[in-house]
Amino acid sequence: MGNFLLVTIQVDLYDRLALNLEADLVQMVSKTNARGVLIDISAVSIVDSFMGRIIGNIASMSKIMDAETVVVGMQPAVAITLIELGLPLKGVHTALNVERGMDLLKSMIGTTEEEPEEEDDDYLTE
Amino acid sequence: MIISLSKDNVQVVKEQDVVLLRNRVKEVAIKIKMGLVNQTKLITAASELLRNMLRYGGGGFCLIEIVSKGRDNGVRLTFTDKGPGIPDLSLAMKDGYSTGRSLGLGLPGAKRLVNEFDLKSKVGEGTTVMILKWANG
Repeated sequence: MGNFLLVTIQVDLYDRLALNLEADLVQMVSKTNARGVLIDISAVSIVDSFMGRIIGNIASMSKIMDAETVVVGMQPAVAITLIELGLPLKGVHTALNVERGMDLLKSMIGTTEEEPEEEDDDYLTE
Repeated sequence: MIISLSKDNVQVVKEQDVVLLRNRVKEVAIKIKMGLVNQTKLITAASELLRNMLRYGGGGFCLIEIVSKGRDNGVRLTFTDKGPGIPDLSLAMKDGYSTGRSLGLGLPGAKRLVNEFDLKSKVGEGTTVMILKWANG
């Protein structure tokens, strides 16, 4: 089993989908023994307070399942909007892109294991 | 003096309508050449208000208008529901206050993202929220 789960969100989620994603991800963390979750939101054009809360929830849930979460690929306009909205996503690790996110995850988990990680790609697309 | 150039009234009853309506708002924003950052702010504000309308107002209508004032064009959105109304408007506009289990950012957050914001509510009759974003605002 791989160490990381990679999730790319390809569409603007409506609430039910976002809640499903939250539940599915936590289940997958447990099923795959993942130590890290990388969420690519580069295709997401709107993050409102609900989506922000879901992202925060995923991070805290993964955390208590002993996995770190990194959100990558946020569009500049989304970042500007989030700050003005008053939702700075505290406690959520972020990186500019997938590569940097992977590096961040590796450094957080402390790659003390001998062999290089196998990445377990799990694309959730709707 | 603000003139309305086009009107489109959309009913919102279920959460899937939120995504649909966001797309409609995006279309009109692009039509008046609103920049991407302003578009994102407008749609995010709309998203917050739609969510409020669904959760507290039991759904309602959103009037999408292209408006103009002199040389400026903008998008005006008016959300109307026949829900229970908001008893204390100033409390509802406070950051972090929520009667639901949300973050309490919806109303004050939406206000920060747009150029004009107007909230009217009568207990037992419903709530109307108007937001306006200028293309270059």
